[in-house]
Amino acid sequence: MENIRNKRNRKFRTREYYGNSASDYHLLPFRFIELSESKEILVNEVGESLIVPRGTALKIAQRCIAENDPIIPDLISRFFISRKPIPELIDVLATRYRTKKSFLDSFTSLHIFVLTLRCNHSCHYCQVSRVTENREDFDISYNDIDLGIDHMFKSPSKKLTIEFQGGEPLLAFDKLEYAIERITRLNKDFKKELSFVVCTNATVFNTKNLQFLKEHNVLISTSLDGPEFLHDANRPKTGRNSYQLVLNGINYARKMVGHDQVSALMTTTRLSLDYPIEIIDNYLENGFNNIFLRPISPYGFALKNKTKNIYDDKKFLEFYKKGLDHIIKINQRGRYFVEDYTAILLKKILTPFCTNYVDLQSPSGIINNVVVFNYDGRVYASDESRMLAERNDLTFLLGHVSDSYESIFYGKKSKELSKYWSNESLAGCSDCAFQSYCGADPVYHYASQGDFEGFRPTSGFCLKNMGIIKHLFELMDFRKEEVMPIFISWISN
Amino acid sequence: MIDLVCLGKAFDLQKEIVAKITGIEDSRVVNCKSLNGDLVFLQSDTSINPDLANQKVVVGQKFLDQLYLGDVLLLKPNGFVRILFRVKSNHNSLFVTEMCNSNCLMCSQPPKNADDIDYHYTINEQLINLIPKSTKFLGITGGEPLLLESKFVKLLDDCQNLLPETHIHVLTNGRYFAWPKFVELFNGIDKERIVFGIPLYSDFDENHDFIVQAKNAFNQTILGLHNLGRNEFRIEIRCVLHKLTFERLPRLAEYIYSNLPFVEHIAFMGLEYTGYTPYNSKLLWIEPHAYSTELEQSVLFLNSVGINVSIYNIPLCLLTPSTRKFARNSISDWKKEYLEECIGCSHLNDCGGVFGTSKIQSAYIKAIID
Ligand code: SF4
Ligand code: SF4
Repeated sequence: MENIRNKRNRKFRTREYYGNSASDYHLLPFRFIELSESKEILVNEVGESLIVPRGTALKIAQRCIAENDPIIPDLISRFFISRKPIPELIDVLATRYRTKKSFLDSFTSLHIFVLTLRCNHSCHYCQVSRVTENREDFDISYNDIDLGIDHMFKSPSKKLTIEFQGGEPLLAFDKLEYAIERITRLNKDFKKELSFVVCTNATVFNTKNLQFLKEHNVLISTSLDGPEFLHDANRPKTGRNSYQLVLNGINYARKMVGHDQVSALMTTTRLSLDYPIEIIDNYLENGFNNIFLRPISPYGFALKNKTKNIYDDKKFLEFYKKGLDHIIKINQRGRYFVEDYTAILLKKILTPFCTNYVDLQSPSGIINNVVVFNYDGRVYASDESRMLAERNDLTFLLGHVSDSYESIFYGKKSKELSKYWSNESLAGCSDCAFQSYCGADPVYHYASQGDFEGFRPTSGFCLKNMGIIKHLFELMDFRKEEVMPIFISWISN
Repeated sequence: MIDLVCLGKAFDLQKEIVAKITGIEDSRVVNCKSLNGDLVFLQSDTSINPDLANQKVVVGQKFLDQLYLGDVLLLKPNGFVRILFRVKSNHNSLFVTEMCNSNCLMCSQPPKNADDIDYHYTINEQLINLIPKSTKFLGITGGEPLLLESKFVKLLDDCQNLLPETHIHVLTNGRYFAWPKFVELFNGIDKERIVFGIPLYSDFDENHDFIVQAKNAFNQTILGLHNLGRNEFRIEIRCVLHKLTFERLPRLAEYIYSNLPFVEHIAFMGLEYTGYTPYNSKLLWIEPHAYSTELEQSVLFLNSVGINVSIYNIPLCLLTPSTRKFARNSISDWKKEYLEECIGCSHLNDCGGVFGTSKIQSAYIKAIID
């Protein structure tokens, strides 16, 4: 760079003197996709996006952008083109890229412990649970908990999230107590930032377990599928009203551990598809500030029950769009209410930061962000992986909790999977404009299409994400004034 | 407004003296003392008081009634006196040079070319020894302070050692920080007690370079901000609002959030109609009222993504109601004024007023009645 000492000449120079001609520019990596008949979206390597007239990408590539085209300042300042082959601000761009991928810095942070397969419910889409009284066969052993915890503390991550699942984990409350107490004790030395989550059907609370969950700051995550008729149809519990039970549980837990410590997840079934508004309103009425409109996963027992659960992915998209539109209206009326999946995508699109949502990362969240210690001591790459395993498909079995850390996390399986866990190198994704917002999911593609790589044109994962991301861009373009204040309020915490 | 300088007539003053006011005898006689013990008297009367016949005296000082014990003055043999430090003010600064490597179109104190670094350095080294240890805030300004290079680091170091409670705010264009080696020089500085206020006028390099009249300044400033951020220095970004900056202001706000999310404060500042600005008026002047939409959009965006944002130097009546709460009482007390239009304004107490130094004022200033 030139000398920047004191100036000698203080004569003012014209605008032109400082304007470098832009006809001679270099391309920085970016991709594009059509948005509408008249517009297209450009997205660069760090997720910076621009909505431009159709044909702009071509003009940029052919060096046909006129020198005074008002798009030039945007293209330069947002790192789509550069005056020098290597931009002078390459360090800034590098920092942004690092920041976007910084979820990798800490490696595995989410550790799922499946405490038991036993459950007091029998939801028709449930991938894993067993209604049984036989504790020995379906509860995790103390020894396996110990080994899992020891592996967990080997993770370089400063933050650890420990999620307890089942079956119904509170049926194995002694194990939960044991695990949390041991982790808390050991952490006096490790000094990690811990968060505990328990995923429960909210029907087995009592003063004792809630008191314990409160004391240890455990977040309670439960399932609520929407209005009574829907929830009960999805989650039959012989002879009893499942919806009422869950709501009673939620209210009981809120009273005992605090309103914000209780969250709910919904699962979209074929039946749900006709009721986005009702589901959302039900969440509102029940005092939630957010909802995660998520499709049913194509795993485990859910696949068996084909007529009930496999529906057109396109229908889900419609469901999502209708729901989001309703949620936007709710926010416009002054009520803060977030759709979680949208918020995750918006963070990727509108902020320079990364998200910690494991199902939408590249490299993918499996192993890199999440690992599952199953009730039987087996270690899986993700929650979905163990669901496949319940159907005797051990493809994503990484090993046993008694194996060494290295063989589990850096073993043959991880290496094999790693070839397919970056969308940067997957056919279809590698030139997709939404690559930096989307993720890679070898488990999903294996389960739905038979191989890790998958085939994007018919992939439900792609259809859903491409559809949603495009829809968000449409909203941010066509209904900008309306939606932007709401969207920004969703990304800011 | 308060006058900071006054030309009188000096007696027996051989050289420039930096002195602290040590006695206020009455409204007509004040005395002050330098570090090495020189005692100087200031008189409002133009003829020398017979009692002071054998002393160093400056007569004809009209601003004596504005001086307080502890204020620090610069006294010159030709009778020129400047207030360097006012104990009653929160806006005190060390002025370190008039030189600059930029030449901003709207500079309020146009730079000069003569090398004055050592001259100011000597004054400032005395000044920081004379000001109260309890001083909460001290600015450092120029010209471009970083032109002092290693002397600047020394001055900062001395400030921090002599004034352990003082927060320092440096106004610099930050271009020197583009060199990581230069940033390293600051490693010994207490980072908590210093903020670098750095101007950024556009997200588009050509615009910024044109406004500051220096090629490649944008890249240097951005790299500088980036290097400071990497080393965890505290940063404030400043943007002066005028005809050349307002159009891309929302883009600039997004650019800052995307590329420099570590800055702790962003200040949007109204234009002071003084210095170079009247000369470049055609290029720069625009009614604040005309850019209120862009300003509102930028301020609300930054605020909602969690970056502290302030508006300086714009009276409340020129802002949209939703942005008024971001306006700060920023005009230095000695420059601040209210106008006839302000009479009866319900916001008079919260409003930062207008620059008394500005040669024109907005035509839209009007008492807010509510
Ligand atoms: S899955 Fe589809 S939307 Fe996602 S990056 Fe790949 S091609 Fe793009
Ligand atoms: S009328 Fe005067 S006091 Fe009132 S807001 Fe305007 S400038 Fe401020």
